[in-house]
Amino acid sequence: MAFQAPVETSSGKIRELTLGAKKTAAVGGQNALAFHAFEGALPNAPKIALEVYDAAPADWGEELKRALGDVWADPVAWAKKCEGEFGADMVCLQLAGTDPNGLNRSVADAVATVKAVADAISVPLIVYGSGNTERDAEVLKAVAEATQGKNVVVGSAVEDNYKSIGAAALGYGCKVIGQTPIDVNMAKQLNILLTNLGVSIDNLLIDPSTGALGYGLEYSFSIHERIKLAALKQNDAMLQAPAVSNLGKEAWRAKEAKISQAEAPQWGDGRKRGIVWEALTATALMMAGSDILIMRHPEAAKLIRQTIAGLSA
Amino acid sequence: MALSGMAIFKHMPKTNCGQCGVPTCLAFAMKLAAGGASLDQCPFVSEEAKAVLAEASAPPIRGVTIGEGEFALKVGEELVMHRHEKTFFNPCGYALMIEDTEDAGAVARKLAALKAATYERVAQKLRSNLVAVKNASGDGAKFASCVAAVAGAIEYPLVLMAEPAAIEAALAATPLKRPLLYAATKANLDAMAALAKKVGAPLAVKAASLDELGELTAKLDGLGVKDLVLDPGSRTLKETHQNLVYIRRAALKKKLRPFGYPIITFPAEETSDDMMETIHAAVYTIKYGGIVVLRDLSPEKAYALYVLRQNIYTDPQRPMQVEQGFYPINGADENSPVLITTNFSLTYFIVSSEVEGSKVPTWLGIVDTDGLSTLTAWAAGKFVPDRIAAFVNKADLASKVKHRTVIIPGYVAQLSGELEEELAGWKVVVGPREASELPAFLKALKPA
Repeated sequence: MAFQAPVETSSGKIRELTLGAKKTAAVGGQNALAFHAFEGALPNAPKIALEVYDAAPADWGEELKRALGDVWADPVAWAKKCEGEFGADMVCLQLAGTDPNGLNRSVADAVATVKAVADAISVPLIVYGSGNTERDAEVLKAVAEATQGKNVVVGSAVEDNYKSIGAAALGYGCKVIGQTPIDVNMAKQLNILLTNLGVSIDNLLIDPSTGALGYGLEYSFSIHERIKLAALKQNDAMLQAPAVSNLGKEAWRAKEAKISQAEAPQWGDGRKRGIVWEALTATALMMAGSDILIMRHPEAAKLIRQTIAGLSA
Repeated sequence: MALSGMAIFKHMPKTNCGQCGVPTCLAFAMKLAAGGASLDQCPFVSEEAKAVLAEASAPPIRGVTIGEGEFALKVGEELVMHRHEKTFFNPCGYALMIEDTEDAGAVARKLAALKAATYERVAQKLRSNLVAVKNASGDGAKFASCVAAVAGAIEYPLVLMAEPAAIEAALAATPLKRPLLYAATKANLDAMAALAKKVGAPLAVKAASLDELGELTAKLDGLGVKDLVLDPGSRTLKETHQNLVYIRRAALKKKLRPFGYPIITFPAEETSDDMMETIHAAVYTIKYGGIVVLRDLSPEKAYALYVLRQNIYTDPQRPMQVEQGFYPINGADENSPVLITTNFSLTYFIVSSEVEGSKVPTWLGIVDTDGLSTLTAWAAGKFVPDRIAAFVNKADLASKVKHRTVIIPGYVAQLSGELEEELAGWKVVVGPREASELPAFLKALKPA
């Protein structure tokens, strides 16, 4: 009996966005589910953005210190290492230091860091705020202004600050990541609001929020699948923006990733454990349809790059 | 597959005798369609109708059980392509591959480690399921002694990977209950089929292509071997992923019976890198693997896979819940602060993880809110002063701590006044809204 391949074509297509300026990278553009090359076009495999922080991390544990400790006090050196040595497709600068409940770094300081990093790398730059809604509105607007012409991505715009960040995108021509709490309709609604402001859908990306392995991964997984199914099968234009997973920080927040082997001998090798935790989080989100994986550990990123190659070969 | 009530009604006796407990045949048919009744409740249904309905109501992917008793593994009976459409039902099984060329001492150590790697998470036991013994030596006697050694060392059911003669000899020396025989191929089909029938065991089928796979399973079905597991033969990530999608679709959407069986995958034979092997296994856990065979199930990899499987196979309609109670963290004692939150598993994991990270000894009080998160539970009237007070009193918190202060999540600050009234003698403090702010909050707390 000849097997009839049960292929399913799609009427919809994810929008293809070109990020960066010196060395650009395209994301999206596919009209099939993740790695379903047998039934559609996948012009761009998922991209890996490696994280850089604006201030030296305080409590990242031994393994991350071993991997990144030599550069983590210097965002420029860290970013260069991500591009040069670690082979990142993009760099994601996390402005965690601007959180008023934390280091409370000034807008001017943040902008100086962003400019220095942007000038030091060729690959596209993503800039995430601290997650403090009010401060992000202020910081990301200044970032957009200072990086005009570099085609950076800023995030995340949320329900309470999308107007200021959307206005900055309109004024200075950057791309914007809209973030909503694990809900398809809210993701769609935020894109409607941003496009109503005048921001083109071709400048938007979706961050439907990320739960790490063991910490809500099943929710993020299904939201990504549902967004891609609605975008491809129902041709839902407002969900056809590429999706982003800010997963490195979530995966490494899990105690399973960072607790030492002495404290948790039952969980095995302390070095590999965190890398596996991040890699499996990334694998699941990528299989569900995420287009940009923001990752932390260079070895986890290397494994995912190898996996993408293996699934695409 | 599911028939509609009207389709079932066509096969009913249409006497409306009521002996099934429902007044009319139509109502009974509707109940059958909804899964609320079974066909044998109707005393007058014809044999012919029974056969038609049984065939139509058989699950599109057959459930196959390997082993017997406490350690049996059931895979298959999946109904959807995406977990949000309903749920994934029978979690995939992880098998550790042992070759009969390996040193006996090393095998014993591996099996002891595999047995020890058992964990509990959200009231579920997490562990591996099977051991696959491969006749890599080509020597039947070696295989038989390896099978005997493995079966003596671990209760997990076995996958026996050898030619029929070697399997038969191994089983004669070491009788096993429902091991998975691996594998029937075009070359040995008749012998394997006969052996599977003789020993009453499920049988894996390996083919060089999906065309061939469908032919082989149809033949085996004709020979009366019904409990099958499919191996499409591919050994690269890309091809195996594609085959898994194709087979699942063929079974669910095209209703192709020859493909309506669980699938066995072999990360062990796809890569020699231990980390990549784990990732291949993760892909097949997410996308439709029924059995996943690995060479390395060391805890740092296995535990991550178990948690991934638990996440993927969680019923999206029923949030995972943590048992109600007061949990001591970081060695909490009678002077430690008391946090109170809901039993939504995610809330519990995130809050407990932050508290552990703070290193501050703390009691974490988990109120049964039917698995709802803080704000949802409050809105649904399940995280409200009288319920929280009843929990504190019933759990006898007063005997656990000397102080009289409880801390509630910042999101339900509005409860604090009423909760103080309900909890006579206790002071209610409003904590932070986000779990990530807990370490700073706990460190700044003055001794109670």
